[in-house]
Amino acid sequence: MSPPRDTWKKPPLIANTTLRWAVYLSAIAYFGWVSLSMPIDWNRVAEGIGRAGKIFGGAFPPSFERSELLIDGFLESLKIAVLATAGGVLLSIPIAFMSASNMAPRPVFYLGRAIIIIARSFHPIIVAILFVKAVGFGPFAGVLTLIVYSIGFVAKMLAERIEEIDFGQVEAMRAAGAPYLSTLFYAIFPQIMPRQIGLTIYQLDSNLRASAIVGLVGAGGIGATLANAFGRYDYDFALAITIVIVGAILVSEAISGIIRKRIQ
Amino acid sequence: MLKITNLVKRYGGGDPVLKNLDLSIAGESVVSIIGSSGAGKSTLLRCINRLVEPTSGSINLNGTELTSLRGKNLRLARRKIGMVFQGFNLVDRLTVMENVQSGRLGYISTWAAMTRRYPKEDIRRAFELMERVGIAHYADTRADQLSGGERQRVGVVRALMQDPDILLADEPTASLDPKTSEQIMGLLRDLAGELKLPVVINIHNVTEAKEYTDRIVGMRYGRIIFDDKPAMLDQAAMDEIYAGSPHADRSGEMADAV
Repeated sequence: MSPPRDTWKKPPLIANTTLRWAVYLSAIAYFGWVSLSMPIDWNRVAEGIGRAGKIFGGAFPPSFERSELLIDGFLESLKIAVLATAGGVLLSIPIAFMSASNMAPRPVFYLGRAIIIIARSFHPIIVAILFVKAVGFGPFAGVLTLIVYSIGFVAKMLAERIEEIDFGQVEAMRAAGAPYLSTLFYAIFPQIMPRQIGLTIYQLDSNLRASAIVGLVGAGGIGATLANAFGRYDYDFALAITIVIVGAILVSEAISGIIRKRIQ
Repeated sequence: MLKITNLVKRYGGGDPVLKNLDLSIAGESVVSIIGSSGAGKSTLLRCINRLVEPTSGSINLNGTELTSLRGKNLRLARRKIGMVFQGFNLVDRLTVMENVQSGRLGYISTWAAMTRRYPKEDIRRAFELMERVGIAHYADTRADQLSGGERQRVGVVRALMQDPDILLADEPTASLDPKTSEQIMGLLRDLAGELKLPVVINIHNVTEAKEYTDRIVGMRYGRIIFDDKPAMLDQAAMDEIYAGSPHADRSGEMADAV
């Protein structure tokens, strides 16, 4: 009988030696080619640093002179975020039920998942560009964009929660002869409600952030104010706007954190 | 009167879980079904209220053929079949009263259910039954605050709120400690007598089956191989119910088929 082995090596991720080395080498080769073929013009980098210095020099001190514009922009962003959250969350609930494999028949399930995948696959900026083209500049385009954005996130997370509910409660309602909607209200909603509230608050927070970004492409709100300030080289005003955005996001994050802790 | 004839349940293409099973339960008797895990006890019970779809055969409750019902008629029939579950299946985040009233969901409109506007007589009945099993003071408490025994009492009251013609209990004491388990079994027996209600109980604990029920049905691999008074359940019958492997049973069946 041979003595017990005293060496052991972790089996490689790719068992085939030839394939393994081929993968490694082609990865290295690709990185080399990418870094050599990417046009980086160091002169322009040097110039850019100077220009960045000018921008920051112009931005200090931040100017709150036109605070009316700032407040209007900010309030519009808040309105966009609130409306988009309400609309997005309301639409997300039926879509989440459609996309939960334990609730919906197969074809409906695939339709629901398709809606979520489409809503998720485009960054809000791209969706905003489309909506600005479709309905014109202004906050309405922003609201539509963020509704799509909210559906992508809320419906997906909610569908996952619905898939992991305790089905025994549903079974108990069925055994009592409860109709479909009553079963929904008694056995399913109580189980998903805490998650639903948490997601709504998170999404409001997230929409407030995103509403500043989609404004840059013309979808209204404080982002539009910021884009205008940059366009007119008012860097000091732009910095003021940026400070307000950061402040608002910090505040909304703190508030949503407190609320989410409460409803656990 | 519950009359099951020639009931077959097959999951997928495999060996049937229930094999041409016949069983009648008349009057207000308390019947326990015993048998090892996988014998088909739970499937049998769930076929009666159609939580599990029978493959073939007939289940007749007081003149209604249950196997062919669909949609609204199925819901109306289910209202008359109460069920108590092993894991209680209470809605944890709702109050005890809401859980108890959920037994009436088949009777009241969805709107009344959503707005919690329960009929007066339902509320009165709920307090009566909760008083009877000793949980009336918990009416406003959330269901997840209760102990196991208390939770199962809520489960029993919920089933009784349906005003059922028969009560099915699927391992109602398997999640409980021995003492609580005996209390629940005693409660089921007493309520069956008080409400003149036939009760069918799946149970693993043979001692409790003997003590609290009028009739014992022993199942093995989808067949009923014992059906008699508890006193008649001797060691030989026990061995037959709990011994043997599925393999031995199946090969026997193969021999039959040949």
